[in-house]
Amino acid sequence: MTQSVVVQVGQCGNQIGCCFWDLALREHAAVNQKGIYDEAISSFFRNVDTRVVGDGGSISKGKICSLKARAVLIDMEEGVVNEILQGPLRDVFDMNQLITDISGSGNNWAVGHKVFGSLYQDQLLEKLRKSAEHCDCLQCFFIIHSMGGGTGSGLGTFLLKMLEDEFPEVYRFVTSIYPSCEDDVITSPYNSILAMKELNEHADCVLPIDNQSLFDIISKIDLMVNSGKLGTTVKPKSLVTSSSGALKKCHKKPFDAMNNIVANLLLNLTSSARFEGSLNMDLNEISMNLVPFPQLHYLVSSLTPLYTLADVNIPPRRLDQMFSDAFSKDHQLLQADPKHSLYLACALMVRGNVQISDLRRNIERLKPSLQFVSWNQEGWKTSLCSIPPVGHSHSLLALANNTCVKPTFMELKERFMRLYKKKAHLHHYLQVEGMEESCFTEAVSSLSALIQEYNQLDATKNVPVQDLPRLSIAVCCFHWLPY
Amino acid sequence: MSIVTVQLGQCGNQIGFEVFDALLRDSHSFQGLCSKRENEAYQTSCKERFFSEEESGVPIARAVLVDMEPKVINQTLSKAAQSGRWKYGQHACFCQKQGSGNNWAYGYSVHGPRHEESIMNLIQKEVEKCDSFSGFFIIMSMAGGTGSGLGAFVTQNLQDQYPNSLKMNQIIWPYGTGEVIVQNYNSVLTLSHLYRSSDALLVHENDAVHKICAKLMNIKQISFSDINQVLAHQLGSVFQPTYSAESSFHYRRNPLGIDWQVRPPLSGLPPLGKMSLSKDLHFNTSIANLVILRGKDVQSADVEGFKDPALYTSWLEPVHAFNVWKTQRAFSKYEKSAVLVSNSQFLVKPLDMIVKKAWNMFASKAYIHQYTKCGIEEEDFLDSFTLLEQVIASYCNL
Repeated sequence: MTQSVVVQVGQCGNQIGCCFWDLALREHAAVNQKGIYDEAISSFFRNVDTRVVGDGGSISKGKICSLKARAVLIDMEEGVVNEILQGPLRDVFDMNQLITDISGSGNNWAVGHKVFGSLYQDQLLEKLRKSAEHCDCLQCFFIIHSMGGGTGSGLGTFLLKMLEDEFPEVYRFVTSIYPSCEDDVITSPYNSILAMKELNEHADCVLPIDNQSLFDIISKIDLMVNSGKLGTTVKPKSLVTSSSGALKKCHKKPFDAMNNIVANLLLNLTSSARFEGSLNMDLNEISMNLVPFPQLHYLVSSLTPLYTLADVNIPPRRLDQMFSDAFSKDHQLLQADPKHSLYLACALMVRGNVQISDLRRNIERLKPSLQFVSWNQEGWKTSLCSIPPVGHSHSLLALANNTCVKPTFMELKERFMRLYKKKAHLHHYLQVEGMEESCFTEAVSSLSALIQEYNQLDATKNVPVQDLPRLSIAVCCFHWLPY
Repeated sequence: MSIVTVQLGQCGNQIGFEVFDALLRDSHSFQGLCSKRENEAYQTSCKERFFSEEESGVPIARAVLVDMEPKVINQTLSKAAQSGRWKYGQHACFCQKQGSGNNWAYGYSVHGPRHEESIMNLIQKEVEKCDSFSGFFIIMSMAGGTGSGLGAFVTQNLQDQYPNSLKMNQIIWPYGTGEVIVQNYNSVLTLSHLYRSSDALLVHENDAVHKICAKLMNIKQISFSDINQVLAHQLGSVFQPTYSAESSFHYRRNPLGIDWQVRPPLSGLPPLGKMSLSKDLHFNTSIANLVILRGKDVQSADVEGFKDPALYTSWLEPVHAFNVWKTQRAFSKYEKSAVLVSNSQFLVKPLDMIVKKAWNMFASKAYIHQYTKCGIEEEDFLDSFTLLEQVIASYCNL
């Protein structure tokens, strides 16, 4: 079994990370009733003997003593990290896993990337190496950050290059929160585009998510919960936004509900690697199946169900509804409509009491309404994990490599150009050492090239699929290997 | 004579468990349709082939379990132990921490050489336990990374190390509509390599077995467990003992001793004149058919239909291509059962489909970078395509 390390960078990254660790503990507590430190838990947690001075001796088997998250927490302001360390999760982290500063990056990618990058380079390397050493077999770094600010965006992407150089064999999965249109950080387009270049070049896989989509999902859930439709009640733990049963008691911050959605995404993504099932899917299979060309590694995700109603017996129709929902644009974690764009590849990761026939039936049913690229007409990757998420009997995570990400990128580019043409706020960036205008032009080029790739693929939509001529073999006598 | 089974990857290990379970279960289910002595001979023969005996009396499967990540092997071992009827050997597994990522190249070029010695040693130990060793039964899927890539590598090694022993590969043909996106690449690479090193490829298509579960068995929610059990049932009815032609009191010693090698004539021989009994039905042309009958009334069963020349290619006389094995000892809970093992054109369509899809994808170069970074180049793909087109052409020309 392999391990993963979560690197949470910036305010957003750390808030989401905190929710993730909370829900991960809740999930493992629900599955692991006996309190034995097993391989599933070891994927994200170390078992530490706190009586041992210093780092805490790692215990590889037996009863759980004290769980420590395999995480590195990075922020150039202290507020968020301090709150985590004073909160109910304080025992899950230790001081050796943090890097903080006090001044913050001022929503400036250049400050995060160039200034703090070089300032903290050695420390970062040291902490990352330490976290890797604690792992028996490190498979993946999960980086969580936002694109619109300074630290998550700048320092977060600085890290990517460092991870690629230092741990070339370890996957880099990045969860990136993209700024919505009404984002209150004026320079978010600059920060995002500068960060995107790094994502293009150094990430194995990116899961773009935007706040607007998360917000819409929450509104939908609130509506459902408060409508009291037909007297049905929603199981509290089953809300994809809920932290019920977790250590944090209530939604103190407005973003908690939204962050829980992202935390659930990460849990579901890794469930088939951590828990058993009839058709396992490891993290290295995600990249293998969903990234047909190295630069096209942006995956749109959708989670269903968002909640479970209290009635226990789920008829098959409900199960099929789950599959349909995964493809509706209301359930995507990005403002995107995969159904009306072109699929390059699609993964369906199912949890719970769902069998292969359910999966096949639904693929057959939904296939006709989806468009797949000509060379991957049956581009489905599937997995079945036996353990459902807390509060549900089954769930589905759909990951789509689909041209529907294009509008998000194009829109971002437009916002960028509006600012850049006027050279608005540019001086804040250019005054940072190491920053030149070429950084901007290169970043835009990189994005334009990516958009162009998606355009070319979109152009093949609706073109009838033709089989290519095959190799012609001359068979005049049979070929048999001599014995 | 004993068979050593090598179970590779999630699929291979999940199926392997069901096969051993089915074999032992059948061995213990006596329906009384043959004499007690016959039954005892059956049980002894079955045990000798597939199990070795431990002091405690619990049979140990003659198997080596290989996987590149631990979850499935752990499950398989515990399921076997829990049954109480049999188990796997304590040191019969080889496991790593990180899987092959559905990457044939990773299974073949990275895991293969890296773990060659350990795996071959394990297999050697198992072979040495056999008093008289007859051959290997390798269970693997084509769609993934370990079963397919590492399976191809191991089969090649077995060819080199045990050139005189029979190697039969049980390959699982994936569902037509994706389990794995790169399954067609992995399948093409697997088949082309196995063609060069395996003696016989026993094929089971997931789609076909799924249909059996749905249409014939009326299972509502079909799980992989259901599918694997149907498969195991079929394999069990092939591999359990049958009478040898020489004597009806001894079970044939070599369980895999079917004459798989059919040599076609060199061009120039005229086709044999044939009288066809039925012109209306169209069958896949065969070059070899084996029917195995078990249970009641086997001696009086009429198998003449299988000798119809219309079933066979023009350059073969049915008597050379058709074989029937019988035993009065019934299989499992079935009073009468029959199984057909066929070397015919039935696989042309599915094979052609896989090659077509793989070729279309290859033309766009999609996913190729994942293979080249592990040492499988475009040329290797082309070689594989060429070989398989030849196989398709050969079968089409029957």
